[in-house]
Order: sequence, then C-alpha cells, then structure tokens
Amino acid sequence: MTDSKYFTTTKKGEIFELKAELNSDKKEKKKEAVKKVIASMTVGKDVSALFPDVVNCMQTDNLELKKLVYLYLMNYAKSQPDMAIMAVNTFVKDCEDPNPLIRALAVRTMGCIRVDKITEYLCEPLRKCLKDEDPYVRKTAAVCVAKLHDINAQLVEDQGFLDTLKDLISDSNPMVVANAVAALSEIAESHPNSNLLDLNPQSINKLLTALNECTEWGQIFILDCLANYTPRDDRESQSICERVTPRLSHANSAVVLSAVKVLMKFMEMLPKDLDYYGTLLKKLAPPLVTLLSAEPELQYVALRNINLIVQKRPEILKHEMKVFFVKYNDPIYVKLEKLDIMIRLASQANIAQVLAELKEYATEVDVDFVRKAVRAIGRCAIKVEQSAERCVSTLLDLIQTKVNYVVQEAIVVIKDIFRKYPNKYESVIATLCENLDSLDEPEARAAMIWIVGEYAERIDNADELLESFLEGFHDESTQVQLQLLTAIVKLFLKKPTETQELVQQVLSLATQDSDNPDLRDRGYIYWRLLSTDPVAAKEVVLAEKPLISEETDLIEPTLLEELICHIGTLASVYHKPPSAFVEGSRGVMHKRLPARTGSGEGTECPDVGNAAGGSAPEAAPSIIPSQGDLLGDLLNLDLAPPTTPAVLLPLLGGDIGGSPAMGAGFGAAPAVMPASLNAPVGGGLGDLFDLGGGVGMPMGAYIPPKTVWLPAMKAKGLEISGTFARRAGVIQMELVLTNKAMSVMTDFAIQFNRNSFGLAPAGPLQVLTPLGPNQTIEVSLPLSTVGPVMKMDPLNNLQVAVKNNIDVFYFSCQYPISMLFVEDGKMERQVFLATWKDIPNDNESQFQIQDCHLNSEAASNKLQGSNIFTIAKRTVEGQDMLYMSIKLSNGIWVLAELKVQAGNPNYTVSSGTRRDR
Amino acid sequence: MIGGLFIYNHKGEVLISRVYRDDIGRNAVDAFRVNVIHARQQVRSPVTNIARTSFFHVKRSNIWLAVVTKQNVNAAMVFEFLYKMCDVMASYFGKISEENIKNNFVLIYELLDEILDFGYPQNSETGSLKTFITQQGIKGQHQTKEEQSQITSQVTGQIGWRREGIKYRRNELFLDVLESVNLLMSPQGQVLSAHVSGRVVMKSYLSGMPECKFGMNDKIIIDKAGKGGVTNEAGKSTSGKQSIAIDDCTFNQCVRLSKFDSERSISFIPPDGEYELMRYRTTKDIILPFRVIPLVREVGRTKLEVKVVIKSNFKPSLLAQKIEVRIPTPLNTSGVQVICMKGKAKYKASENAIVWKIKRMAGMKESQISAEIELLPTNDKKKWARPPISMNFEVPFAPSGLKVRYLKVFESKLNYSDHDVIKWVRYIGRSGIYETRC
Repeated sequence: MTDSKYFTTTKKGEIFELKAELNSDKKEKKKEAVKKVIASMTVGKDVSALFPDVVNCMQTDNLELKKLVYLYLMNYAKSQPDMAIMAVNTFVKDCEDPNPLIRALAVRTMGCIRVDKITEYLCEPLRKCLKDEDPYVRKTAAVCVAKLHDINAQLVEDQGFLDTLKDLISDSNPMVVANAVAALSEIAESHPNSNLLDLNPQSINKLLTALNECTEWGQIFILDCLANYTPRDDRESQSICERVTPRLSHANSAVVLSAVKVLMKFMEMLPKDLDYYGTLLKKLAPPLVTLLSAEPELQYVALRNINLIVQKRPEILKHEMKVFFVKYNDPIYVKLEKLDIMIRLASQANIAQVLAELKEYATEVDVDFVRKAVRAIGRCAIKVEQSAERCVSTLLDLIQTKVNYVVQEAIVVIKDIFRKYPNKYESVIATLCENLDSLDEPEARAAMIWIVGEYAERIDNADELLESFLEGFHDESTQVQLQLLTAIVKLFLKKPTETQELVQQVLSLATQDSDNPDLRDRGYIYWRLLSTDPVAAKEVVLAEKPLISEETDLIEPTLLEELICHIGTLASVYHKPPSAFVEGSRGVMHKRLPARTGSGEGTECPDVGNAAGGSAPEAAPSIIPSQGDLLGDLLNLDLAPPTTPAVLLPLLGGDIGGSPAMGAGFGAAPAVMPASLNAPVGGGLGDLFDLGGGVGMPMGAYIPPKTVWLPAMKAKGLEISGTFARRAGVIQMELVLTNKAMSVMTDFAIQFNRNSFGLAPAGPLQVLTPLGPNQTIEVSLPLSTVGPVMKMDPLNNLQVAVKNNIDVFYFSCQYPISMLFVEDGKMERQVFLATWKDIPNDNESQFQIQDCHLNSEAASNKLQGSNIFTIAKRTVEGQDMLYMSIKLSNGIWVLAELKVQAGNPNYTVSSGTRRDR
Repeated sequence: MIGGLFIYNHKGEVLISRVYRDDIGRNAVDAFRVNVIHARQQVRSPVTNIARTSFFHVKRSNIWLAVVTKQNVNAAMVFEFLYKMCDVMASYFGKISEENIKNNFVLIYELLDEILDFGYPQNSETGSLKTFITQQGIKGQHQTKEEQSQITSQVTGQIGWRREGIKYRRNELFLDVLESVNLLMSPQGQVLSAHVSGRVVMKSYLSGMPECKFGMNDKIIIDKAGKGGVTNEAGKSTSGKQSIAIDDCTFNQCVRLSKFDSERSISFIPPDGEYELMRYRTTKDIILPFRVIPLVREVGRTKLEVKVVIKSNFKPSLLAQKIEVRIPTPLNTSGVQVICMKGKAKYKASENAIVWKIKRMAGMKESQISAEIELLPTNDKKKWARPPISMNFEVPFAPSGLKVRYLKVFESKLNYSDHDVIKWVRYIGRSGIYETRC
C-alpha cells in the first residue's frame, strides 16, 4: 500500500470533495478520505471545516480508522468544542469495550482533548480505568491523570485521583508503577510544597524493586524520581547506591546517566573514608567512558555532563584523558566539548600528551575549533607550570604558520602567560612584533599593545610601533584605545626623552576628542599624575601587577551543585538551571545536593571533626541561581544574547547612556531616583550618603522620602503616599492614608499585581479603626518575596490595588531595588574572585557617581547599611578599589567594583552579573 | 517531557507532525525549519534553543527527526528515544527515506500514539509492538480475549521482549562477536589511543521461554574460578593468560543486571530472532591487525612524495579481507602517479584521496604503495591540514582476544536440553576509526 499519494492532492475544491468522500457509504472510501485529511493536517492545511464529517466516521469497528479519527480529534477539538461533545458518547462506550487495547485507546485519547466539557465526562471512565483488571489500561490511565491535571488541576484533586495514583506505586505490574511515578513526579513539580510523592524508605524500596523489572524508559522515570529523594543517613544512602549501581551496565545511555545522577547525589552523604566510597568512585569511570562510544548526539549530551562531573569530582576521570582525544571525524560539537574536558583534566602527569594533541588540533580546518585549541595551549601553560616553556614554544611554532586567526589567538594567550610568569619568556617579543600588521581583532590588538607597553624598554622601536596604532585612534574599539593610552604612558615613563610628543598626542586624543567617559577619565588621571608628580606616576602606572590565577571558567559552586542534581537533563546540556529556560512554575524549584551526615552517634564516626566541619558549610548552602534567571525571567530575553543587567542602577544612579539594555530595563527612570541620560548625577548613591548627614551617624538602610502615589482626586478622596524600607530583614511598605473625602472610610484591603521580584503583602492591611474625614493614618505593611513573578517595565514597578468601602483604586509605584538586597549578601572571597572573572565584559556596565565627598571607608560603611557588602579593598594607582557584592531576594548576585580616588568627588562604579554560557 | 515530534524531508517540508503537549504550537514546526534545516551554517549542536523552546534532532540520510519541548526533559532519554524510533520504523518498513515515510504515515502515527504517551516513552520493543500494530489492518476484532490479554500483559510485563508459546522444530542459535578496533597512531608509530568496541549479537530460534547463561573469558571470572575452584578446575586455571580485561560492558535489557553486578554472570531470557546481547570495550592487550607506516616528503612547493607501508600482524594462516587504505591528498592536487605492490590504487579527485584496495592479505605480510603528487601552486597561506591516513579491513578473529566459553540454554517446561540446541559462534573484527597521522 502506498500512502504517499495522499500528500499530493492540492487541487481546488479539495475540501468539498473530501466531504463527499467522508460521507460515502463505502468503508474503504471513507478510510481513504480520512487518510487524506490527516495528510493535509500534517502539512499544515486547515481541515477543521470537516470536523462533523470526520467525527461521523468515529463509530466504526475498524481500529485503524478509529485511531485516525482520534488523531484528528486531538488536533481540532479545541477549535470546535461544541462539536467535540459529539464524540463523548463513543469514548464513554469504548471505555467499556471488552478489548483492553480499545479501552486504553479511548482513555488515552480522551485525556488529550483539552475541552472542559469533555474532561467532565472523562472522570468516571478514568476512575474505572485506574482500577481496570488489565495492566495495559492501568498504565495508560496513570498517564491520563497527569494529562487531566495539566488541563484542570483542581478537578484532579477534587476527584481524588491523586490518591488512586499513589496507590498505583504499589501495583504488581512494573510498567504501571513506572508510569505512575512519572505522572506523580510531573504533578509534584507544579506543587513544590506538597508532599505528593511522599518518598519514604518503604516507597523507595518499592521503586527499587520495580527498577529491576520495568522497561528501559520506566527505569529512567524511576531513577529520575529517586534522585529527588534525600536519604536519612549515610547507611540508607549506601544501600540505595548499591541497588542502583547495576544500572550502570544498561545499554540505554539515559538509564546510565540517570543512575550516575543518583549516585553523584547520594555520594555526597557518604563519609569519604568509607571503603564503599572509593569503590563507587571507581565504578563510575568505565560507564562514563562507554558513553563516548554512543552516537554523536548522545556523546554530546554525555560530554556536557562529564564536564560537570569532572568539575565536581575530578578524581573520577583523572586517568582517562586519552578517551577525550578528538577524532578527525567527530562532529564539531563533540570536538569542542572534548577539548574543554581535556583542559580540565590536564595535569603534570599527562601534559606532554595533551600538548602534542593540541598542537595537532591547531592545524585543523574549523576556525572555532582551532581557536579553542590555541587558547587551550595557553591555559595549559598557566595551569601546569612545568609545561609553560613547551607551551610557549608550541605557540611560537603556530605563529610561524602565519594563519591569521591562529596568530591572533596565540598573541592573546601569550599575554596571559606573561602575566603569569613575568620576566621569563620575553625573548619571544621580537617574533610577536613581526606580526603586528596582521592583527585585526580588538582583543589581539589590545593584547599586543599591552605587551609593547609593558616591555617598552626592551623593544627598540616601541615608540614607532605604538605611534602606528595612534593614527587610527578613533576607529579603534574602546578596549584598544584604553590599552594604547596606558601603553604610551608606560613608554613615556620608561623613555621620557624621546616620547614626550607621543604622550601629549595620546592624552589629548583621549581627553578632548573622545566621547567615552572611561577613556576620558583615564586620560585625565594620567595627565594629572604626570603633570603633578612623575615619581608617583611611575609608582602607579608601573606598579607590580598581581599574578593571574590558573583556573578559569569554572562553574560557580552552587550552580554546579544544582546542575549535578540535573544530570542527564537539558539543564545539564545548557549548563543553566531549569528556571533559565523553562516557563512557569515547573523549573522554579531549585535542587541541591544533600549534606553529608555522620551516622548516628559521633563516636561511631571515626572522623568526627572532619564530618562536622564538612557538614557545617554544606548544611545550608545558599542557592545562587545564575544570571540566566535574571536575564531570562525578568527581562524575558532569549538565552543567547548577553545583556547588561541593570539591577544596581536605581541605587547608585549615574550615567546610563552607554547601555541599551539598561535603557530597556529602566526606560522610565524611577521617580525617587533621578537618572537622566548622558548627564551623570549623584543619584541614589548621593542620596544614600546625604541622608545620614555625614560620617558617624547611625547606619541604616537607605529609605527614599515618601511620595504621593495616589492623589485624592483620583481615588474619591483617598490619598495614599508612601515609601519602602527594609528593617531587620523585612521589607516594609510604609503607607500614609489620608481621607480627604466627607465620609468615613472602612474595610481597607490591599493587593499587588504580579511583579518582577514576586513581592506580595505578607499580611492584611492593618487599618483597624475607620478613617474619618481629614484623618491620616500611617500603616506599615510587611512584604514577602514569594508571590507570583512577572517581568515589569520598568523592572521595579509595582501595581497596587487598594480597596475600601467606597471603591477599588489602582496605582503603581516604584520601589528602590536596594530594599531587595538581603542580609546574607556577603560573598566568600574565593567565590567572589571566581565569579568576578566569570562575568563576561558584555555583562559589565560602568557609570560614575559625581560629587560624593566620602572616603572609601565611609562609603563602604554606608553601603553596608543597605546590604551592599565590601568583600575586598585594594589600592591601585592611587585609587581605592572596593569590591562589593549584593544578593537580591531572588538569589541573584550582583558584583561591583567601586573606584574611589582620594580628593576626587567622582566615583566610578563597574558592576556586573554573570551570564552562563 | 517530550512536547512533540516532527519529521522533515531535506527541504524542510513536514512529513509527520505529532504534538503531545499543549505548550507546543504549530509555529514550532516552522521555527526548527527556519533556524536549523535552512540555517546557512553547519549545525553546531544537536540541541538548539529557539525562543525558550528546545529542539533535539537527529538525521537519517536526508530525513530530519526533531523532538521539541519546553520543559527540562531528560536529554539523554530524548536521543535514545529518537534512535529507538528509527529502529522501530526501520524494522517495520526498512530504510528511513522520504518515500517510505510518506507511504507509511498512517502506520507511523499509530506507532507514535503507542510508544509515546503524553510525551513519555512507553514500550518500544518491536517484538511486542508487531503483535498488535500491523501494516495489514488491525487484528483487534478477530482476536480472542485470551490473545488480547496476552498482548497487553506482554506489552506491560516483565518480559516485554518475548512472547510466550514460540515453537521451533529445530532449536538453534547463532552468536556473532563483532568487534571494531579503533586506533590513533602518531607518525612515529606510537599508539596514541586504541580501543576495541565490541558487540555480541545473538540470533535465537528457541522454543518456549528459555533461560540462557553466557560465559566468556572475562578476566574477573577466570581469576575468580582460578582461585576458588582449584580442585575441580585445576587444569583450566592455566588459561588465565588468555583471559581479557573488559573495561566496561552494557547489556540488552533482557539481562539481569543485578545478577551481573553481584556474581558477574550473564543470565537472561532472550528475545526471539536477532538482537544485541551486549556491548563491551577493552583497551588492554589489543591485537592491532595492521600497522601503517607513512612517509610524506614535500619536494618543493608543487610536489609531494608519499610512501606508505602496511604490515599485517596476525597468524599467517588467517586472511584479512576488504582492505582499504585511504591516503588524503591536498586540495590543490593536479595529478597523481601511484605504484603499488599489491591490489589496486586509484586517485579519487572528488574525495581528495588516494584509495588503495587489497582484496585479501594473509598474516605477517607487508605491502607498500608509493605515490607522487603534483600540486598546483597556490597563494593560499593556509597550510594543508594533513588529515590522517585511515584504513578499513575485516579479520576473522576478535582483536580484543575475547572468546566465548559457553552459552547454556535451559528450558524446564519443554523437553529439550542444552545438548539439543545447535550453536554457532563466529568472530569478526572490523576497523573502526583506524588512523595513522602523517
């Protein structure tokens, strides 16, 4: 039989013809016609007009035809709800059919028809099918509960289907158990706080038994569900691990990865000195390696997961470097991932092999891959000191190839090597200089200029080289301009006699002809330094630079922990938490690894100190959702484009001209915080500093002055003004209600619309006595941040409804972002350092605060009052750099650097949040 | 879970579109076509995120299969499912091609309805699917109640891969040990990486519900037996040196994994017909059947001299077959002259390679090819990447050294014993990615 002919009917009047055929008496003709309809539906033609005719064909004893009609119904029932009712009778009848296949088909299809009226009729048949004698019907009915829940959650709860579903976990048939687990897991996701799955040692035992018997897919459902369980102690954890490890030999990679997830998670609870812990570590390596012989798409998923696993537990795969060597025919996505893992596994023991491989890769065809390979060589040099020399000579070889992008990439990494090992490899500079002309990428140009400036005294024609860049100064990118400015100043300080003209030229270019505030500022700083105190200038500009550290681009630890809990899933492929790419409530629940527990009494545990010490910080890890959250949820942008989060802005004010994303986020500047485009104002920070009246005043969070939110004219005599404050960790909305009408007002109530940070009243509005005419009352309303979330524009906009006995009034107001800064926003130094490096340049924004007459110390104290914590302070080139962290109530971290120069009332703030790859 | 599944032809026209979840709209079909199928660049990832919707795809010849979802699904499961879907379709109607898909679209819809429910994969074993989803209409009406419940219990049951009541006049089984040996060698002859990935494929024609036990020369078992059973297996314990170290193995779902984990014994009730019993990987003591010794010399800017020697490294009594050596040539090759001692060699301009074929070659022999490659002068600065020399072959032994020790069959209910079963074992070693850099 050739069905392809159905795809070819495209002539006019087709619908009419089909209609006639559908109503034909001949069974065969009817079936043919339905097939044509389905074919048209597949290619996207609208055949909904045929609804009644197709539904008429439903009453048939031909199962194939029936299935086709059902398929049609599922597609179009929603657009024709009234007519869909016509089908109900057949469904209900089919649910009673003696053939279990037909009963299951009916209940399966009915659940896919998203029409309210039909779902009502579905309840009774579903209830019967959940208790059907045939397992095939029961397993279908189990999934149907999830379908129904998706359409009408309340109905499912009211009808008691959830309890029946829970009972199915104890069903004798493994497939019924698996489907019930899948359905319950899905339903539980949308009720994060319900104890729906109610996992306890007994139910876990049932699941583990079913695990041995059900289909490969069922095993995945069960393992994924097990991963959500937290064992009570290390013994239970071990016994579950023991029963899960056999799954590592399953032919299905998804079963293997889900088993790895369970093991990785439960391992956290095992004491490290336990023999079993070591055994388990050893058992994990071979199956992970085997995943690499799967089809390329699965390899990709596996590699993305292995990338997480080697970051969490590098010991598992440390001897398996070779399996990550790139094969010539690997698809590019596999190659890039393997390369990433190779660098992570590189160590002194295997560095020779790795380098030989990387050199081989650097001659391949794919540009991205080659670049990454070159960059990897640089990273090896920085990571493994013993190999640095070989890495440098390899890079030099590559530069000799004169392949443009290879040369540029090599120069960028050589700059990093210089920073890591100063005064060691400068002999190569001459070779680098030969390639000056071929550099056309800003990063490479900036790197080269940095090198020339840094080693100006060893390069005879440094002035000529830099001068050649100066000609097209205004066409360069900011990165190159800044670097050029610094390099020429360095050169001048080293060779003052012959370069005076050059330095004057660059200073005037930077300060007079440039629109870029950073460039101007740096220009002025240098200028003033050079004109007032050249010795100080030397100390500042030629100061010794801190060495760069070895590990870069590690995933931030709390995110890594969360991703480990999502092994095998999309989150682990994207390296983002689910909330970054899943809409609605499903992804919001954050998973985390269990804390290590000692077993029973402390005396039993041989390593008490260690166990206790280990558990303390892990006991309550604060989950830091990555910036994906902010970008995805709040700004509602796609995953790909990097944007500049602008969370700090309302507090600190300043110049927002340069950043389009900020413009979008704060199109309308908050009323209390003036922040005008291209006109830097003291803004919020100024307010912050002024309010206290000077140093030494009691510290506290910044509270903006009250403003009128709802004028009396608009609200039948009720005037509302107010502000927001954060007191003792609680966000308060402080309202002043004034009755300017003639009659008494009573029965006040308040509600918020969904907003960006989920603000919601934590209690009712406490206006106990009626408000008489011309009376005023001050009310303080505590707020919580667990309400529903919706991105607002501007971000900090809040829509409020206030009700009294007269009417309901609406107004909107804007809250200062600072009140969302939580008290535990002090990031650990190391984490800060790693995260700071992780923030891509695009995610950083800079602006200035002018006329702020506080020294860095006072500013730091001041800001701490608003939960902006100073993590570190360092003094470079005469300015104080304060590094600060802020944590928002929804867990987003913002890092900032505040540059304060003594005697200069203008501060520079760079802030950024991290975006994940 | 899986929100929908689409199948497209090479032009991006939809052949099959089945949506399981309400959050997936018709526009998803177009989004994938525009952003992936019609994308100008090479595909950079099998997982694509377009406007908060994730697409997973695999390609079979020029057919695209795409799964779409808006949730945090198990990505590994999605790909496993897509491969399984391809297997199921192939076993129903052969090659996955546009024509076959169009010809069988009703069947495909029926299958998709059965093996995915609300985006959750259900039983996808062809063995049991074929009992109630058939190409020639549905048997449904003519089945007895017993038959129906037998179908449903098999589809949902513990042994979903085998139906009861199978009968053969002659009980027979075939075991194929198929290995592919992978090598990456440096120009100096140093082994950079080598591994064997092997499969044991079984064709079983056995009556009833036979209980099988499979044994091979796994080092762990042999060592265990050597230690534990000195008295009764004293003679065999010397065979220790012939045992092999298996790095890892995975099994068909019929194998009882917990039993393998505890006793390392492989026991199972096999599916009927052909299936893959296990896969394994070894990296130690691999017999590399061939060694390739390349010599490339650049003579000026317009000429290359290539000499390649291959040496066979196995018993002289065995014969390797289908030997093919592929020597890549630069893109600006204008002409090639080849001389080879054995077989036939040809320069294939379209493939940028010299292909040297030898039908048969015995063990412990060597052969040589030399070629002169004329190059067109170019001003392309980029150097030729020198892809590795690759090799294909087939040998009648297992390069890993794996040996089947036994396959015992027990069927207590029917009256045939292990001795009555006719058993065949065959070893085939093939080249996987067998490359030598030059």
